[in-house]
Amino acid sequence: MNSTSESHQQMLSRHFGITPAANQFVVALAGNPNVGKSTVFNALTGLRQHTGNWPGKTVDNAQGTFTYQDQSFLLVDLPGTYSILAHSVEEQVARDFICFGRPDVTLVVLDATCLERNLNLALQVMEITPNIVVCVNLMDEARKKNIQVDIKALEQELGVPVVATAARSHEGLEELQAVLYQVAKRNLQPRPKRLVYSPEVEAAVEQLLPKINRLIDHKLDPRWVALRLLDGDQNFIDTISVHLELNPLQITKEAAV
Amino acid sequence: MIQSADTRALSTLNAGESCWVAAIELNGLLRRRILDMGMVPGTAVECVRRSPAGDPIAFKVRDSIIALRHDDASNIKVHIANKF
Ligand SMILES: Nc1nc2c(ncn2[C@@H]2O[C@H](COP(=O)(O)OP(=O)(O)OP(=O)(O)O)[C@@H](O)[C@H]2O)c(=O)[nH]1
Ligand SMILES: [Mg+2]
Repeated sequence: MNSTSESHQQMLSRHFGITPAANQFVVALAGNPNVGKSTVFNALTGLRQHTGNWPGKTVDNAQGTFTYQDQSFLLVDLPGTYSILAHSVEEQVARDFICFGRPDVTLVVLDATCLERNLNLALQVMEITPNIVVCVNLMDEARKKNIQVDIKALEQELGVPVVATAARSHEGLEELQAVLYQVAKRNLQPRPKRLVYSPEVEAAVEQLLPKINRLIDHKLDPRWVALRLLDGDQNFIDTISVHLELNPLQITKEAAV
Repeated sequence: MIQSADTRALSTLNAGESCWVAAIELNGLLRRRILDMGMVPGTAVECVRRSPAGDPIAFKVRDSIIALRHDDASNIKVHIANKF
């Protein structure tokens, strides 16, 4: 079932201002700016939504609910970003929610007319969590421009479910709900293809993994944490210590041993 | 294979010239931003406009236009496209 244990509930509410009902699945909506996230969000939730800010940030936070096959979902619209690694406030909000909020599913919305650029974000999210569904939106625009998207091939290349939509005209939204349901229930388990880095980086990751496993105790993907440490991502090291209640020095020291 | 001997700085391109990215000699967040814009080794880049003072410079990358500071562009090494 979903991960709404009591401490997880408290964490969601304290850090993210999100209070899902018992047994409600949490779905995060991520994507580049202007790809139709809010259109997908509105189409799925209708009027059952409210907006506010992320705690302590001036970034909009929209939450809404929908029900599919008697299962309730809480949808959280994340700010539009090209990346979640470069640390604008928007990127930090998106990264922290996907990483520490641990939604039951992260839905990454892509623009069918410029997949190449959009896939950067999908690949980044795939390194954080396997619970991911990709939505290729703006399919109507792609058709107009004579762009064909091979959804099955994309699914195979990525190792995660991919659904084609034209959210403004509600095309594909039924299927999207069905796939979100299957992944949230863990009836369908995506197997995101791993990006393989240079032998030097891979060796360094291997070396770090045992220590990282000890520190983070299955709360995050250890490989992803290792890559961020190797990146020298101080912002992430500081954030991880707040969320997992660790001492940032401890992390850097363990990693340096 | 691409040889590093015949590379130039991205900042030396004139408007209308095209190139391939050879190496991004930048670090930290700026490097991350550049990579996130899809500018990775092997990517085709066109210089579309230079301001009179030469700073910033507008480039076309994967169907988007981006502006880079002269100093930052000088740390991105490229091959001129018509050599291939
Ligand atoms: N033709 C077409 N237009 C769409 C589709 N989905 C969204 N749009 C339009 O695209 C524009 C942007 O949609 P939004 O839903 O605001 O995009 P967003 O991803 O929430 O944007 P940000 O929150 O600013 O990052 C709007 O004008 C939508 O009406 C679609 O499937 N087809
Ligand atoms: Mg939006």
